[in-house]
Amino acid sequence: MARNKEKLVLLLDVGPSMHGVLSEVEKLCSMLVEKKLIFSKYDELGVVVFGTEESNNDLTTEVGGYQNITVLQDIKVVDGDLVDTLQKLPRGTVDGDFLDAIVVGMDMLIKKYKDLHKGKKRLCLITNAIHPIKDPFEGSKEDQVMTIAEQMAAQGMKIESIVVRGRFSRDANKGVMDENDHLLSIFSKKTHTRTVYVDTPTSLLGALKTRRVTPVTVFRGHLELSPQMKIKVWVYKKTQEEKFPTLKKYSEKAPASNKLATHQVKVSYEYKSVDGSSNSVIPPEQRIKGYRYGPQVVPISTAEWDAVKFKPEKGIKVLGFTDASKIKRHCYMKDVYLFIAEPGNTRATLAVSAIARAMKEMNAVAILRCVWRQGQQNVVVGVLTPNISQNDKIPDSFYFNVLPFAEDVREYQFPSFNSFPASWQPNDQQQKAADELVQMLDLAPSGKEALLPEFTPNPVLERFYRHLELKAKQPDAAVPPLDETLKKIIEPDPELVAENKSVFDALHRHFELKQNPKLKKSSRQWYQEKQSGSNAHVSGGQAVNSIENQPPVKIEKIGDLTPVQDFEAMMSQRDNPEWVEKAIKELREKILALLIHPDGEDKYQKAMECVAALRKGCIIEQEPGPYNDLMHRIRQYCEEKGIKSLPQLLASRDLTLISKSEAEDSNVTAEEARSFFVKMEPKPDV
Amino acid sequence: MDLDPEDVFKDEEDDPDNEFFQQSESSKEYVVYLVDASRKMFSTTCPGNDQKDETHFHTAVSCIAGSLKTQIISRSYDEVAICFFNTREKKNLQDLNGVFVFNVAEREHLDRPTARLIKEFDCIEESFMREIGSQYGIVPGSRENSLYNALWVAQALLRKGSIKTADKRILLFTNEDDPFGSLQDAAKKDMTRTTLQRAKDAQDLGISIELLPLSRPDSEFNVSTFYADLIGLDGEDLAQFMPSASQKLEDMKDQLRKRMFTKRVVRRIGFHIANGLSIELNTYALIRPTVPGAITWLDSVTNHPLKTERSLICEDTGALIQEPPKLFQPYRNENVKFLPEEIAEIKRISPGKLRLLGFKPLSCLKDYYNLRPSTFVYASDQEVVGSTCIFIALHRSMLKHNRFAVAYYGASNHPQLVALVAQDEITSAGAQMEPPGMHMIYLPYSDDIRDDEEIFPDTEEDAPRADEDQIQKAAALIKRIYVKDFSAFQFANPALQRHYAVLQALALAEDDIPETTDETAPDEEGLTRPAVVRAAEAFKHSVYGDSYDEESDMGKEKMSEASRKRKAIAENAAKDYDWGNLADKGQPYLERIQLNNSR
Repeated sequence: MARNKEKLVLLLDVGPSMHGVLSEVEKLCSMLVEKKLIFSKYDELGVVVFGTEESNNDLTTEVGGYQNITVLQDIKVVDGDLVDTLQKLPRGTVDGDFLDAIVVGMDMLIKKYKDLHKGKKRLCLITNAIHPIKDPFEGSKEDQVMTIAEQMAAQGMKIESIVVRGRFSRDANKGVMDENDHLLSIFSKKTHTRTVYVDTPTSLLGALKTRRVTPVTVFRGHLELSPQMKIKVWVYKKTQEEKFPTLKKYSEKAPASNKLATHQVKVSYEYKSVDGSSNSVIPPEQRIKGYRYGPQVVPISTAEWDAVKFKPEKGIKVLGFTDASKIKRHCYMKDVYLFIAEPGNTRATLAVSAIARAMKEMNAVAILRCVWRQGQQNVVVGVLTPNISQNDKIPDSFYFNVLPFAEDVREYQFPSFNSFPASWQPNDQQQKAADELVQMLDLAPSGKEALLPEFTPNPVLERFYRHLELKAKQPDAAVPPLDETLKKIIEPDPELVAENKSVFDALHRHFELKQNPKLKKSSRQWYQEKQSGSNAHVSGGQAVNSIENQPPVKIEKIGDLTPVQDFEAMMSQRDNPEWVEKAIKELREKILALLIHPDGEDKYQKAMECVAALRKGCIIEQEPGPYNDLMHRIRQYCEEKGIKSLPQLLASRDLTLISKSEAEDSNVTAEEARSFFVKMEPKPDV
Repeated sequence: MDLDPEDVFKDEEDDPDNEFFQQSESSKEYVVYLVDASRKMFSTTCPGNDQKDETHFHTAVSCIAGSLKTQIISRSYDEVAICFFNTREKKNLQDLNGVFVFNVAEREHLDRPTARLIKEFDCIEESFMREIGSQYGIVPGSRENSLYNALWVAQALLRKGSIKTADKRILLFTNEDDPFGSLQDAAKKDMTRTTLQRAKDAQDLGISIELLPLSRPDSEFNVSTFYADLIGLDGEDLAQFMPSASQKLEDMKDQLRKRMFTKRVVRRIGFHIANGLSIELNTYALIRPTVPGAITWLDSVTNHPLKTERSLICEDTGALIQEPPKLFQPYRNENVKFLPEEIAEIKRISPGKLRLLGFKPLSCLKDYYNLRPSTFVYASDQEVVGSTCIFIALHRSMLKHNRFAVAYYGASNHPQLVALVAQDEITSAGAQMEPPGMHMIYLPYSDDIRDDEEIFPDTEEDAPRADEDQIQKAAALIKRIYVKDFSAFQFANPALQRHYAVLQALALAEDDIPETTDETAPDEEGLTRPAVVRAAEAFKHSVYGDSYDEESDMGKEKMSEASRKRKAIAENAAKDYDWGNLADKGQPYLERIQLNNSR
């Protein structure tokens, strides 16, 4: 563990020109620590801010100078307090000097670790770098930076710079910015790191990799072009999805007095005979794997399988080269691999470079057959594409994408667009409106690409960690709404939309959407009709001008009086898909309340109506989950309380589980559904 | 929607049951393959790819055999019946002449395909003439109407099950476009009328009848003579139906195979383009990894299936936990607890919608922006009229300007930023190779992308770069091993093929497991061709220099006995063949790939 512990000092510019983005800096840095608290608890971190009124750092005390730099936190193992510190950064009053801050940060790392932990010591600078740094007493700024950078490299430190530009630095002096950019590039060169430029708050949130992943090779060996020509390569993952964290199950069984309780839950699996003739558990050694082949299940022991299964040899072989246009982009199957020449092997690097550049010139790709490791039970066929390095220091490499096998492709046929009636074909004006939209709603104007995946944070994960932090302080904290900055990822940029108002106006003018008037008993229509029956406002099949038109009476809550009608009305509200969820959720709660506190047979009656409506609604929406979940709860409740009348009532009205034949997402067979409530009390004739 | 807490945390990659990778099983499909077995099906031939002529009967039968093998793997709950008409013998419940329902032991006529059915149907052509026999179809002077009988039998077979829960289809293979052509006026009229009525009755019961016509190179199957009325084609549909005359057999087969599948919508989503402009799209999973089916645990003593009972046990008290438990994440020295609903709420961002954010040039879509298989989207006017028009307009604009759309897709369990890439329709000899529509590609976020190519240069020097000569040598080698006609999914998965070969053999209790070929193996013979070897040596020399030994020393890998043997064989093979001559004349490089192209 200790070997991989990172020692990081954050150097944050809090000067007045940074105030506009400081809240994003706070979010970014606190997220960094939040993740460290989970994934790398032993990392150490210090925080330096510059541009403050006061000065508080070792160097200013020891040697003087280094004004307006405050060490907010000395280097220490990450803890919750650090999150709090980073969430309320001070707002500075003067334009800071980033070079001074770098020196302070280096000094902290040197004092604490001497020359140990080479390569694990890191500085991270976040600034807009629009203010000039002070002139040195002797020599040029460049000489000074060179000296510091060399010292940094000698100490095994790296510096990552995130420079916030774009709309935040419109009025800045270009000469100063260019000078600063040049100075920062010296650091990147000397310590082999990057300077990242971001121009929106959203990309600032994605600019810093908040979780370190130790790179692991998937394969080391030969890339075989032919039996004569092989190149030594290492293969890494280029993309791999950072998953939603796996949370553990929590048991509340242990008494509160038990301070040592782990609250962990063990999941145990028992295998029993399906026919139920005996309730005995079959021991693991008596189990054998069965594989389906049509209606048959074929038992095969592991040893038998091992004898006959497909066992390819480890290795990567080129099957051939082909034209890049032969491989459609949508055929890529998985996350992506990176092929690099064996590090330090000049000849392999040259060979990769030659092949990659020749492929690029010829617009060719290579088809590869890969067996990453010995004992792998399948082969991977995929496409190798060249990655020509733009940076002199970095060798050329390849990307590799997995392609589908014949069995993985479903060749459905779709009608040609020109087979559709003339009314479905866009006319010239409509085509022009669409052309305008495609050109004007531009996310990549002149090199400034918005929503670049490299700088786009995952809104779901951001939200999770934010909620985690909130809950740590207040256990019943509600799920926070999505951060405003992250809304840019899920909604169109309001500025871009406003700039292109005329384009959108044209789109509205030329295209019209209508509810299909001829639709028979489709889901929405069903509700529309029902609703018109109860409200007598809209006639069932009438076309409405725009699908955004709202039903005349908006139902926002399911009341006690007419829950079924409210539910149906709410389900038919089409302006926002959340209505459906809300309706289902509220009706479920209503049903539970009605069942748990019934007064008299009459209340069950109402509950039955609600259950029937919910069932119908869930089938139409093809969302069996909430309904089936409710049925399980009801059954469990009745079993616990020994209530028999309710299950009988439900069974008699066929209000049982939604089976797979009714909604595809259900995992219940028709048989299971039928017997769901019946099985509770075995009757003699069943 | 409420999510099963288990599902929320399941790793998609480890979970073949996941909705994303599963084909929907919303409804079963009942199919009757109705195959014309008249003399004409045997006398008409098409040139096959090995210069051997194939009869139309063979074409039909091999298409069905292929489809059964696919079906038993991917959709084994669908039920099929195989029925021949214009046969000498008869076998059907109605005891009608000229109709023979093919079946095997332990199976109803319309039932799930079994290993035995596949095996026996595979060799039906050997025994067909002996046991079932062929005869001319409808002949003058006879009252027998075999087509009418066939439709009646097929309809009766499909009586099973409700139309609500099953798709019922009759797939009719024939090369006779004018079944009553030999009859005189009155008889012809009469038979035509009754047959069309029979077909209409079946269609009224919800059974769809699909025609798979077989044409000869010299005379095209004329749908409008008779069958257009039977299957209800008119106007543009009719014009579209027979895409082009004189197709090659392979194209015809390809088309038959494609038509045998029905499309399945994964889900219907709204594509929000602007305020008040939200169109209807259907999504389809055209490409998903096929995995060997799920394991069923059996009791090795009785071979009876076992059920799995999962129980949650509190580690502190040993008590059984009934209710769905809370979840927790250790954080800041305590356990932060979440309700399953809260986790679902966190993931609920812009639910159920695809929201347009803007457009970018296609060059911005890097090769490494990929995480999962793509999803195909196609517009529908079923609920929102006008959707297709906007979709087509955008599709054309995106193709014209070489741009893709960036959108946010709020799928309930996996919301994600996506790229929508327009795909123009591509047809080849009348068959659709790429359908028109858009492919939704799932984009990575910053934390999903790694920069390991940047970690190694720990030197002051620039990275080594190939010079022009080395690049030219590489290009020469690439040209030598260039494949002109490569399709991205031409290889069968050797592991899967092996898996099912083993299962089929064991299911039929056969001793020998059939050999399966690994189509992905490189063409070692082709690679030992002198021209290839020369190009490889030249390139090697240019990048590795003379002292190649040093290079091989760095990664000494002993050549295994097997590969040495293979190499020897390959070398011998090369001697027997004039590879150099072939190469100079531009002959195919990879024989295996060539063969597979035409599958």
